[in-house]
Amino acid sequence: MENSSDLMRKLARNLEKPSMQWYTWVTILCIIVLFGVYALIRQIQEGQIITGMRDNAVWGIYTANFIFFMGLSYAGAIVSCSFQLLRIQWAKPLLRMAELITVSTLIVGAPYILFCLGRLDRIHYLLVFGRIQSPITWDVIAISTDLIFCIAFLYFTHIRDFAKLRDLEGLNVSKWRKKLYGFLALNYRGTPLQKKYLHQAHDIMAAIIIPTAVIAYSLLSWLFGMSLKPGWHSTIFGPYFVVTAAYSGVAFLIIIMWLYRKSRKLEEYITNKHFNYMAFGLILLTMGYGYFTFSEYITDWYNQTSAMSRLLEKFLIFPEYAALQLFHVIFTMVVPLIVLGFPWFRSINSITLVSVFIVIALWVKRYLIVVPPLETPFIPIQDVRPDWVHYSMSWVEITMTISGMALIVLIFTIASKLAPIIPVAEIEDVQDESKPVIRFKTKGV
Amino acid sequence: MDNKEDNKKNRRNFLKNGLTIGGSMLALGMGSAAAEDSSGNGKSSGKKIKVLTTDGKVLEVDEPKDDCRIDPCAPPKGKAARHGIPGRSFVMVIDLARCQNARKCIEGCQKGHNLSPDQEWLNVYLMKDHKEGEPYWFPRQCFHCDIPPCVKVCPVGATYKRQDNIVLVDFDRCIGCKFCMTACPYSVRIFNWEKPPESDVPKEEYSPESSVPGQIGTVSKCDFCPDRSREGKLPYCASGCPMGAIYFGDKNEDAVSNGTETLRFKKLIRDRVGYRYLDELGTEPNVYYLPPVERMFDYKSGLKGLPEEKQEVYRSIIEGETTNND
Repeated sequence: MENSSDLMRKLARNLEKPSMQWYTWVTILCIIVLFGVYALIRQIQEGQIITGMRDNAVWGIYTANFIFFMGLSYAGAIVSCSFQLLRIQWAKPLLRMAELITVSTLIVGAPYILFCLGRLDRIHYLLVFGRIQSPITWDVIAISTDLIFCIAFLYFTHIRDFAKLRDLEGLNVSKWRKKLYGFLALNYRGTPLQKKYLHQAHDIMAAIIIPTAVIAYSLLSWLFGMSLKPGWHSTIFGPYFVVTAAYSGVAFLIIIMWLYRKSRKLEEYITNKHFNYMAFGLILLTMGYGYFTFSEYITDWYNQTSAMSRLLEKFLIFPEYAALQLFHVIFTMVVPLIVLGFPWFRSINSITLVSVFIVIALWVKRYLIVVPPLETPFIPIQDVRPDWVHYSMSWVEITMTISGMALIVLIFTIASKLAPIIPVAEIEDVQDESKPVIRFKTKGV
Repeated sequence: MDNKEDNKKNRRNFLKNGLTIGGSMLALGMGSAAAEDSSGNGKSSGKKIKVLTTDGKVLEVDEPKDDCRIDPCAPPKGKAARHGIPGRSFVMVIDLARCQNARKCIEGCQKGHNLSPDQEWLNVYLMKDHKEGEPYWFPRQCFHCDIPPCVKVCPVGATYKRQDNIVLVDFDRCIGCKFCMTACPYSVRIFNWEKPPESDVPKEEYSPESSVPGQIGTVSKCDFCPDRSREGKLPYCASGCPMGAIYFGDKNEDAVSNGTETLRFKKLIRDRVGYRYLDELGTEPNVYYLPPVERMFDYKSGLKGLPEEKQEVYRSIIEGETTNND
């Protein structure tokens, strides 16, 4: 067994003086992000006429991205927090990645709903004139709360590692980094009292974040569920969105695990076992997602109300949305069950590949939630310019979507340069057999 | 002299003269508010005129100045524009038997509200209720619902319901989130995707009641022209319709007018089986439709002169088997 500073010393090598390669990578990402900033400036200057949104499809991929990124953030909320609370030891190496996903996707995803605003200069009106009756206000409150909690949790789980980095002899980093570690470690010395309090803080935050995340995503689903629109007006949307979010979050976590395993040579810590266990979770979520999707469509389809049938028809016609719908069904429900369900298909690479497709297909699903119902109002669209009837994304929206993804990668790149991507202190708790694992307390025991 | 007899005589006279356009405007624009004004506060022209109340009594009141029927005359700004005209309960009745898709209502509205050609606050739809149904033209304004889904969801209170039934948008407050557009089941609202056309009205004179000038990045929609009501005029669409298909009026006065005739609202709805579009959604609209029975025109007359691409859209509806509406 390695002792504490050995493991940290090993992983801290990744944190030392960035290479030329690293700088190039960061520069590329920054350039992509700047393209997005440019697109946003153009949009503010010229108005939303340069997006693909029009009077019927008033929302487009910005809203789809918003739901999508918020969904990815469930990786941290569900995986990290529930593993923390349930004291699941094998998952310790994954916790920090999951938490980073949560924070980065929340930071990047939340603004997408703001890009839909025609008047970004009046954004403060949301606070000045805020009405609690509006689901948008619910979202603003819930998501900002969720973000603050998740950042706090991410920081709490870093404190012990920051302390280790501060105390690590011979760490080849610049002076300001050393100072920063000292500052961020909050004078943590590992005294029993500090340990106890920090552990309690972890538990409390984890216990708060799980319901907060569920509430935040349910409120988000009610942006749609509260509408009278066929395709949106659904009582199942709250739990459906939550399951979808967990599904995409876990799939995304698998992709991040694979990337770090390869790029940082972490085969020793992120093992076959982790991928397999996550795949089992993914199977459960596939079935849960399939169940919700089925019950959502079957109840709408069975009754054949006219407005609803017009929408459902579009999912079956190829010039409309049949291709996207087929892609979504195959890669969220059929392929995952086959590939993950049979042991001879299951490998680290195949699990990751399936996860990639799940994440893409779930983005497509979000697009199908947002756009087709908007194009299918109660009164069929007649008297509109023909090129305004259908939504098609413009270069502005595509650029901003790509730059959002780049920003997530950038956050990961920088965060994992600041602290090891594997929570060292947590792993040492498991490895150090002399210390008993902290168990659940029950009254009288 | 016997007061009763005098009243009767007056009434006979009044009815004999018929309800002229001016009279109908009066019924619209004045009512009790104007009657209280009889002491004269500088807004009257000095002449006396007779008006008929809803319960059949004749009152003699000062004739207001032509440009101002409701106090205050100018459309109010800011907070005052959120209250609405006191004692009013605006309502619209559309006689589907008279609509020919002349589109003069749209033109009048676009001109009056300084809208670009792509922006239509009211649309005329070709409806076919079921396979056997005969298509008919269906003008659709904002329904100014009593339980407006759009107002519910607005995060900043930029769109609001007033006590005179009208739902307005305050362009100065709208943040352009378009949530109201997704909430409206009647596809009423439109967005200013680009800079709206230049307006003669300076920005300082903007009032949510006049809805001019528009602002980029905000939502706009039919406003029932309360600024015109203040002047005793009908909304642009009602006064623009050559067929007189659009009646506008006040539920409290129980009177609606299309500019040439003024009718009792309740009686009209009762006699002609007025209905509200998609009433089952529970939004309580304030626009009523009279079913297209005993039509004045064949619906085909509304297709003449339309561009080919429009004809294409309408043809699919005429030939379509699926129900179009609801």
